[in-house]
Amino acid sequence: MGIRERMSGNEAIAVAMKQINPDVVAAFPITPSTEVPQYFSTFVANGTVDTEFVPVESEHSAMSACIGAQAAGARAMTATSANGLALMWELLYIASGSRLPVVLACINRALSGPININNDHSDSMGARDSGWIQLYSETNQEAYDNMLMAHRIGEHKDVLLPVMVCQDGFITSHAIENIELLEDDKIKGFIGEYKPEDYLLNRENPISVGPLDFIPHYFEHKMQQSLAMKNAKDVILQVTEEFAEITGRSYGLFEEYMTEDAEAAIVLLNSTAGTAKYVVDALRKQGKKVGLIKPRVYRPFPVDEIAQALSKFKSIAVMDKADSFNAAGGPLFTDVTSAMFIKGICEPKVINYIYGLGGRDVKADDIESVFENLLDIAKTGKVDSVFNYLGVRE
Amino acid sequence: MKKGLNEKDKKSLDPNVSWKDITRGGNISSPGNAELFKTGDWRSMKPVWIEEKCKQCLLCYPVCPDTSILINEEGKRVDFDYDHCKGCGICVKVCPFKAIDFVEESK
Amino acid sequence: MVKVTEIRWHGRGGQGAKTAMLLLADVAFNTGKYIQGFPEYGPERMGAPIVAYNRISDERITVHSAIYEPDYVVVVDDTLLESVDVTAGLSEEGAIVINTVKEPGELRDLLKGYKGKVCTIDARTISVDCLGKYFPNVPMLGAIVKVTGIMDDKAFLDDMVESFKHKFSHKPEVIDGNIKALERSMQEVKGL
Repeated sequence: MGIRERMSGNEAIAVAMKQINPDVVAAFPITPSTEVPQYFSTFVANGTVDTEFVPVESEHSAMSACIGAQAAGARAMTATSANGLALMWELLYIASGSRLPVVLACINRALSGPININNDHSDSMGARDSGWIQLYSETNQEAYDNMLMAHRIGEHKDVLLPVMVCQDGFITSHAIENIELLEDDKIKGFIGEYKPEDYLLNRENPISVGPLDFIPHYFEHKMQQSLAMKNAKDVILQVTEEFAEITGRSYGLFEEYMTEDAEAAIVLLNSTAGTAKYVVDALRKQGKKVGLIKPRVYRPFPVDEIAQALSKFKSIAVMDKADSFNAAGGPLFTDVTSAMFIKGICEPKVINYIYGLGGRDVKADDIESVFENLLDIAKTGKVDSVFNYLGVRE
Repeated sequence: MKKGLNEKDKKSLDPNVSWKDITRGGNISSPGNAELFKTGDWRSMKPVWIEEKCKQCLLCYPVCPDTSILINEEGKRVDFDYDHCKGCGICVKVCPFKAIDFVEESK
Repeated sequence: MVKVTEIRWHGRGGQGAKTAMLLLADVAFNTGKYIQGFPEYGPERMGAPIVAYNRISDERITVHSAIYEPDYVVVVDDTLLESVDVTAGLSEEGAIVINTVKEPGELRDLLKGYKGKVCTIDARTISVDCLGKYFPNVPMLGAIVKVTGIMDDKAFLDDMVESFKHKFSHKPEVIDGNIKALERSMQEVKGL
């Protein structure tokens, strides 16, 4: 079952897009996501896909074109990174507020300034409240799989929200690794045709999109949008289950690795989870009770489930590859701790690490030092420092 | 295509609509409906067409922001569409023949 | 713990170290291995020192950091020996493979006391003889496969014939030269 291949995370995204064969792709190149439209445009040139490829003049236009296309009744996709995503900002909200399930591959990169092209999560974390569903991916495989599930999730009638599939720029986007691809016909069967209920180019029942929404109505629309994001959780689980049936690869809202009897656990996103698994294995060999929780679904945030999963630990380090610059910890940290608080889970000691900003490599030793600190906290119950920068030079 | 608002849109537009009944993302399923919104009552000054003075030069027609100067099948202008005229007075200014009077709106 | 073979490549932008890294990942993949192949991430400039990495294993590799303690190092350009600490972290059980006309013994001084195996290969001569031009990456690939022994010589060459047939389908005349370059480099690598 499946096709054994090897390719980079960017190529995996482009291949997923090829197999999805969307109606419209509008994109503007920016490192490290450039390869996605680059690979994809060769599929367009070769006639492998039927997609209308729009080589726009900016990311602002890329998202505008996607919004227009999606409103017209098309499946629209794009890819970007860092400042490209930032330039899309106002349109991100228009896509979600207009309930248009555009799909975007975010190849995570640090936001300038100072200028940096390497990986962290400051781009997608800035967009975490833009009303987009956000899925994070540890590997090329997970990025590919998340991409294939994105349309089913976003286009579901109870959701109708845009979806952002994130993976780490360079670390997975430019690394060749093994991957198992799915056959074209299986994907076609799984994703199905896009049949929007209302769309601009419906000659029988045309609509108007994007009206002025004043005081009497805007608030009600936001309530609907908020509910759609809540609904997304069940839809994601449902789609993920169906995906597992055809691929044998099952995902949840988050992955738990060696957590069952763990005393200390790390919570983090994307590629560093792989390094953390390696460290967990090594420490387990020494009899240390450590584990990992890797959120896949960050928006909607799985409040109940994650709080429940964390309740069994004595100490927890939530690691953020983006600083919120709020003097109160990174975005994942504040979401995790607030989830725990509202579920009444106050026993575990929780600390925050900001790590890997601007592509600073995260070594197995770095992760090990976090676990050592956590095990110490688990033993003594004493926390020296809640907010930490992992491995920054003194 | 002159249609009224369908029930879905009528419900949505109600200022007391529940979030359960409002259309998704503000989509309007009976588009092209601007004509249904009567803006004539915004008017404080009112243009009055003096037919005898009018030479049918039609300079007034293109300057009207609200398409409130009506043209008949023969291509001649007829009286104002007072349901939509907001009384801006541009037509009054542009008329070379003083064929449009501008008076205070009064009941 | 799973044994992962870790290889670090040192080259200069434009010499094809990244391509050689990708080719090595490819051949290891084709023999059924789990692989990683990635460049050191940054803007690439012609002539500037660059680093690339491979991990090869019989089981899935999860680590996503750079390689600090490689089993093998490949140096595509011996002028880098003066400016880059190429043996940093290199396992003494492993080896360093250097593209040079010099003998292994002549290079020890430049290797900061590295006690492991030093292998050399004259990739320039092999490339010019077989391909008519200087493409160091193909001979370096042959040399590192030989030195690491990560796969059988014949299986490797057979696989490369297939791979070149695919890669050079538009100019089949270069296939023989490339295969010859691989064969020669596997025979001529010194210091084994």
